[in-house]
Amino acid sequence: MSASIRTIRALVRRALNEIIRVPGGAIPGVLAPAIFLVGLSGVYGAASQLPGFPTGSFRSFIVPVGFLQAATFAGAATGVNLARDIEQGWFDRLIVCPAPRVTLLTGLVLSASLRALLPATALVAVAFALGVHWPGVDGLVIAYALTMGMAAATACWGISMALRFRTQQAAPLIQLAGLLATLFSTAYAPKALLAPWLRHIADVNPANFVMEGVRQGFVGGVTWEHSWQAVVAIAGLLIVLGTFAVRGMRRVGVAA
Amino acid sequence: MPFVARVSLALSRRALVNAMRRPQLLLPLVLIPTLMLAANVGGLNRTTTLPGFPAVHGFLDFQLAPAMTQSLLFGGVAMGVAMALEIEAGFFSRLAVAPIPRVAIVLGRLGAASAIAVIQMLWFLSIGLIFGAHVKSGLPGLLVTFGIGIVAGVAFAALGVALALRARNASTVQGIFPLVFVSLFLSSAYFPRNLLTSPFDAIARYNPLSYIAEGMRDPIVNSLSAQPVLEGLAAAAGLAVLAVGLSVVTLRGRLDEA
Repeated sequence: MSASIRTIRALVRRALNEIIRVPGGAIPGVLAPAIFLVGLSGVYGAASQLPGFPTGSFRSFIVPVGFLQAATFAGAATGVNLARDIEQGWFDRLIVCPAPRVTLLTGLVLSASLRALLPATALVAVAFALGVHWPGVDGLVIAYALTMGMAAATACWGISMALRFRTQQAAPLIQLAGLLATLFSTAYAPKALLAPWLRHIADVNPANFVMEGVRQGFVGGVTWEHSWQAVVAIAGLLIVLGTFAVRGMRRVGVAA
Repeated sequence: MPFVARVSLALSRRALVNAMRRPQLLLPLVLIPTLMLAANVGGLNRTTTLPGFPAVHGFLDFQLAPAMTQSLLFGGVAMGVAMALEIEAGFFSRLAVAPIPRVAIVLGRLGAASAIAVIQMLWFLSIGLIFGAHVKSGLPGLLVTFGIGIVAGVAFAALGVALALRARNASTVQGIFPLVFVSLFLSSAYFPRNLLTSPFDAIARYNPLSYIAEGMRDPIVNSLSAQPVLEGLAAAAGLAVLAVGLSVVTLRGRLDEA
């Protein structure tokens, strides 16, 4: 096993240990998507009676919101945890170890992708227990894959912000991006039913393509069109936000 | 001015200045509910056409009250976190041995909470009016909404303070954040009670947040009427009395232990 893979494994294990050893910090993030699923469908369930709504089950329609929350919470947590590591000096020790910085970044990003699986699985368990439409194996695999990709993209954003501000006080800024991306989309209703201003934002919001990609199995069938658009959106986000994160990693210690 | 009032005022001022110096803690109180308000209104504006939805000028009018309630609940958590941080940092221990009435420690924090509640209410009513909301009952209705909101803000802050005094660490207080959403989802704050799905509609009937939100909303969407306003005021005041009592009792228990 190469040194880089061992380093990545160690970083992933460290991040995942936090969930097991500090459950008090992780539980709200794990349960939040399921809470939102139950809460939003209980409150706004009648919205599925609107003409033009693609399914009679608002709960099935709203499931992707939970997947995206799982992804963005996990990615943001990675950024906030890195900011804490920077404040406490652990990151300084990491940065002087003889490992390429891209390897360190990969370990952090991968840990976010894996971390997102936990809230996503809690969400899926609650969703199916409440009778959400079975999306098929392909629909479920796509939903999980897109969630992991979105978590990686959000982690890149969180890492670049943590490296830029070097304090946990940047947490609201880190978390805000995920919230904006999730909410300003077809989260609550299909595009045709959105207010015009929100429809325009959803048109250019890459997270909206991911939302639709995750949703497709839950409200109908998996289609090539929705799948490739979601994959391209994730790839674009990873390229742009990954570039910021790589640049941030390379700049660490240069100014000093 | 009585001694307890002077001390409470001084501690209120201190808590308020501290809060203003940490915009990163204060900003989410209005920012997150504002974003959720925008997304709810933009995404679900057509729900006003659903059979059984009360006649309203627009969904924004209807959604202002839950946004304010959510913001005030966040404010309660923030007050609790601020209190817990002072316990962790040792400032609370210095207050405990100071020759001041103990109740002023709680009242001081709640004074700051009421000032922040005024800012929160002003924010949401301003953006509501800027983006086209109508207050059907005019200025008297605005004042009623304001009044219920401030009393509710004090109640939520007292709950946060009680929790902070009990838990003594900020991360535990911060951990109740998801409960804010749970308690709101289990109320009729976001949607008319008759359109909630079961068992949410039944639970909402017993949730004081339903009455607080409806009490703040009614003057916005209707002409001023006594029942929802009095129910909202009673729910907010009742919760405030209970929560302040709980925080004073918890404070005494905490000081007796020390």
